[in-house]
Amino acid sequence: MGAIYRREMSAFFTSGVAYVFLTVFTLLSGIFFFFGVIGSGTTETSPMFGSMFIVVLFLIPILTMKLLSEEKKNRTDQGLLTAPIGLWSIVLGKYFAALTLFVIAESVVFIYSLILAYLGNVVWPTLLGNYFAMLFLGAAFIAVGLFISSLTENQMAAAVASMLALFVLYLFDSLASSVSVEFIRKIMLSFSFYSRYLEFTRGVFNLTSVVFFISAAFIFNFLTVRVLDKRRWG
Amino acid sequence: MIEVRNLTKRYGDKQAVNDISFTVEKGEILGFLGPNGAGKSTTMNMLTGYISSTSGKILINGADILEDPIKAKSNIGYLPEIPPLYADMTVNAYLGFMYDLKKCKLPRKAHLKEICDLCKISEVRGRLIRNLSKGYKQRVGLAQALINNPPVLILDEPTVGLDPNQIIEIRTLIKKLGKNHTVILSSHILPEIQAVCDRIIIINKGVVAADGTADEIASKITNEHKMTLRIEGSTHTAADKKEIADAIRKLDGIKYVRADMEREKGIYDYDIEADEKTDVRRAINRLCCEKGWNILMLQLSDLTLEDIFLKITMGDGITGAEKAGDSAKEAPKFALDVKDGELIATEVSEEAKEELEENLPADQSFEDEDNNSEGGEE
Repeated sequence: MGAIYRREMSAFFTSGVAYVFLTVFTLLSGIFFFFGVIGSGTTETSPMFGSMFIVVLFLIPILTMKLLSEEKKNRTDQGLLTAPIGLWSIVLGKYFAALTLFVIAESVVFIYSLILAYLGNVVWPTLLGNYFAMLFLGAAFIAVGLFISSLTENQMAAAVASMLALFVLYLFDSLASSVSVEFIRKIMLSFSFYSRYLEFTRGVFNLTSVVFFISAAFIFNFLTVRVLDKRRWG
Repeated sequence: MIEVRNLTKRYGDKQAVNDISFTVEKGEILGFLGPNGAGKSTTMNMLTGYISSTSGKILINGADILEDPIKAKSNIGYLPEIPPLYADMTVNAYLGFMYDLKKCKLPRKAHLKEICDLCKISEVRGRLIRNLSKGYKQRVGLAQALINNPPVLILDEPTVGLDPNQIIEIRTLIKKLGKNHTVILSSHILPEIQAVCDRIIIINKGVVAADGTADEIASKITNEHKMTLRIEGSTHTAADKKEIADAIRKLDGIKYVRADMEREKGIYDYDIEADEKTDVRRAINRLCCEKGWNILMLQLSDLTLEDIFLKITMGDGITGAEKAGDSAKEAPKFALDVKDGELIATEVSEEAKEELEENLPADQSFEDEDNNSEGGEE
């Protein structure tokens, strides 16, 4: 796992993906920070984090699109799958590499907190709540992106499909509200990423939501392992 | 060292590999020979655990590849058909990655240096893999397979895309490796298999068609004599060709006659096959005396590995021989029982010759075009 993690980390930087990701992330979060927080004369960061959901939604596929699709396309997966390591090591190595980069990007928030501390009082519980909310959200989304990357050889297809999938997850609330059957609507709402995320940004640290995001990450990583395993049997 | 029992792989209805069994002993170099699509790569991918078998068993050093994959895989160094190289890494970084991936415990620096020296890639260690030539890429692929000194090496067409010099280098290297490793090597290049391998398995349409040393296989398959004759007829026209071929065909014991190309003006070559019992040379001589023809050349061509290969892979008997006849021009060029050094030498010179031959008509055609255009201008 370590070898794959290190290779993916360095590949993020040599391929330039890391720079694009970090730049866009800090730029957009900076804009939201400036207009949503500083501009409106508040130290309340929740609206900013609320808006960041959509940024994360479009940026994570960039991070995950080539993780497995490129391996398959360049036949480098033959090197990995014939090496004396398990499938979980391969998937988790890649997963944690992407997650690390996401955490680095997200930590830009602490620079904002310094600015806020200089200008006024930082509400630390809310800020940290938001930080972890985004961390859990990213953890789940990266697993979804990695899973979709394992399904195709084309990284653009992986990126577009991941954005679409995450967007549908985002729309789950609106979709649910238009469903008239109470029972189905309840099920749909319980799978809503967005409402759980918003709940966090308001400073509610809900353990069920934490479990929900971590379970989602686990399930999609599990599915990725199954895809790799199934390919051998194809 | 490697034991394969009743290995079968099906893709839907298509039977890619059908009930293959063989064992490879320690220190043996085994050649997998077969036409494209015969199931060589599929078999190798199953041996290395990249794909799984539909049924059957593979034991690598006693470990089952499906039941104990990590232990089995740690005994294998694998060079797939397309080397699994990351274009955006340097050779050094890549080998370091593979070293970590294989959880190699040997002293890192010394081990990698040894491998790089062995594969002659020391001078490109700092370069990006993307910028390497095909030959270097292939050698980096081989170096990767050698990391951690696996007792079993599986090499899928290791010399494909290399120039003749590099081919010789890689072959020499494989022979050297064969002293300490068990090697399975696939190829559709016959001289290569002959030069390198102790034992040959010919795979065709997913089944083992032959298994043994080149000589063993040859002696099993051979049941007729083949020869090439050059006979000068009386009229020096194509009418001779038919007359001579028909006359020879009527002799006892002749299985097959085919008039080949016009080698000298008005004189043709004939590929002849006779059954094992009768030596037809004297009869042909007498026939030619009677008719007033002259035998200008008689060359016995025993079955080369290439003939065997074509026979096995294209059906046997006369149909096989007919098809073999088409490429029989090349067949004698790869002399069978010659030792490695000489074999390589002859083969390379043949390649050079072929190139010349290919170039010649091309040049002529260019000249023709020139002439034509000049003619047009005039």
